[in-house]
Amino acid sequence: MTTAGTACPPLKIHCEDISKTFIQKGHIGVPVVRDINLDVEENEFLVVLGPGQCGKSTLLRIIAGLETPDTGYVTLDGDPVTGPGPDRGLVFQGYMLFAWETVMGNVEMGLKLRGIPKKERQAIARHYIKLVGLEDFEKHYPHQLSGGMKQRVGIARAYANSPKVMLLDEPFGQLDAQTRMYMQHETARIWEHEKRTVIFVTNNIDEALFLADRIILMEGKLPGRIKKEYVIDFPRPRDHAHKSILELRAVITAETELVL
Amino acid sequence: MAYEEIAVNKPLILKILPFVSVGAFLLLWEWIVVSGTVPSVLLAPPSQVFTLFINKLSEPNPDGAVLAVHAWTSLQEAFLGYGLSLLVGIPLGLAMGWFKVVEGLARPIFELIRPIPPIAWIPLTVFWFGIGLTGKVFIIWIAGIVPCVINAYVGVRMTQPALIQMARTYGATDWQIFCQLCIPSALPMIFGALQIALAYCWTNLVGAELLAADTGLGYLITMGGRLGRPDIVVLGMISVGISGAILGFIIDCIEKKLLAGIRR
Repeated sequence: MTTAGTACPPLKIHCEDISKTFIQKGHIGVPVVRDINLDVEENEFLVVLGPGQCGKSTLLRIIAGLETPDTGYVTLDGDPVTGPGPDRGLVFQGYMLFAWETVMGNVEMGLKLRGIPKKERQAIARHYIKLVGLEDFEKHYPHQLSGGMKQRVGIARAYANSPKVMLLDEPFGQLDAQTRMYMQHETARIWEHEKRTVIFVTNNIDEALFLADRIILMEGKLPGRIKKEYVIDFPRPRDHAHKSILELRAVITAETELVL
Repeated sequence: MAYEEIAVNKPLILKILPFVSVGAFLLLWEWIVVSGTVPSVLLAPPSQVFTLFINKLSEPNPDGAVLAVHAWTSLQEAFLGYGLSLLVGIPLGLAMGWFKVVEGLARPIFELIRPIPPIAWIPLTVFWFGIGLTGKVFIIWIAGIVPCVINAYVGVRMTQPALIQMARTYGATDWQIFCQLCIPSALPMIFGALQIALAYCWTNLVGAELLAADTGLGYLITMGGRLGRPDIVVLGMISVGISGAILGFIIDCIEKKLLAGIRR
């Protein structure tokens, strides 16, 4: 499968004409995403911004291989995506930690399932636990951690599999405003430290402006379509209240039914 | 961040409440028999039961065995049957929860056997095994297996779908997901089953002994009835109650220890 344009930086993910309709109650078709064309570059931080029920999570799940599109296809490094795989690390909104495993047990799980020897996988896990700042909590169980700390475990767990792409589905949706802001700073720091291609889904415009290299704005209603695209080239680390960020915020807000 | 253990002292009044109620109950019981409100041929007072208890520790008559032999027989039957029902029921339930083929094959048979009260098997077990140990173990096995299968099955079914998807993104096989995800997820339900199955086993054991036995706590109760000895009947009932409570307590302790890390 050849992708158009061989100019650098190289293409990581390519979505071609993706549409998906869910069947509800056996016969009612609900079109969720329609005609999505999307390219993501290597090590780009792409934010998909849209309100609830706009198909953005479904798009992410299609890229993850957890859903199959009705039409179109996704490629990763030029190879078509046919199902979930360790080359795409997922972080969910609801943390989704293994309650019976410690922080270490959670982070090393993916490596363990792939049969990597204990010493090696624990060294890798320890590296990422340190990266997310949880080195003193290796032996803690999820119920002993705060929401922000749980999501750090989720991020470390996704990183530990050394995925080519990180897919984050509203990862901070369940956190309080203060922790959320803090986690945004942490996400930016971690990403600067270990660059990955990131697709980050959110409904929070400030989060998007703070993190993104590029924002994909979705239509505010189903079926999900890409409405507009914004390249954000402000220097990092960014300030939520910087003048140019606030100006762009006004522009994007004017473009959406989204009031946040 | 370290968590401190804070000792919480119950007020004295709450500590003594259980003793107050039990003491009052025993006094009232003693009084209604001694005062003649209830004739002593119908009910034995606690003092008489206690005397009999001391006596039965060494005296096999009139029912043919000392108390320890009755208790030992019952415990033996209970544990054999209980152990076998866990051994068969839990793996079966787990497999039914995850493997569609196992569910399809085993579920119809299980649903047919489930509503039959275990006691209804007694005549057949007497034909097959007589009134010895084997027949009762079989009945207890039937009684205990039902909650084991159901809880293990439900436990596996309750595994978070997102966790399974997560494991799939790691490239986990079905077998790995079953072992590393579904079974740990089902553990709290399985421990619930240990308690429920024990209660089922114990009550059905006594039922089985009432009808077909030559020793055992249930047999002691039956003999007390036949001999017109309410003190023997009550002693048998109390022994069943206390041993059952102790068994439940032990299982509870084991569960707490094993599940220490899992709270949600």
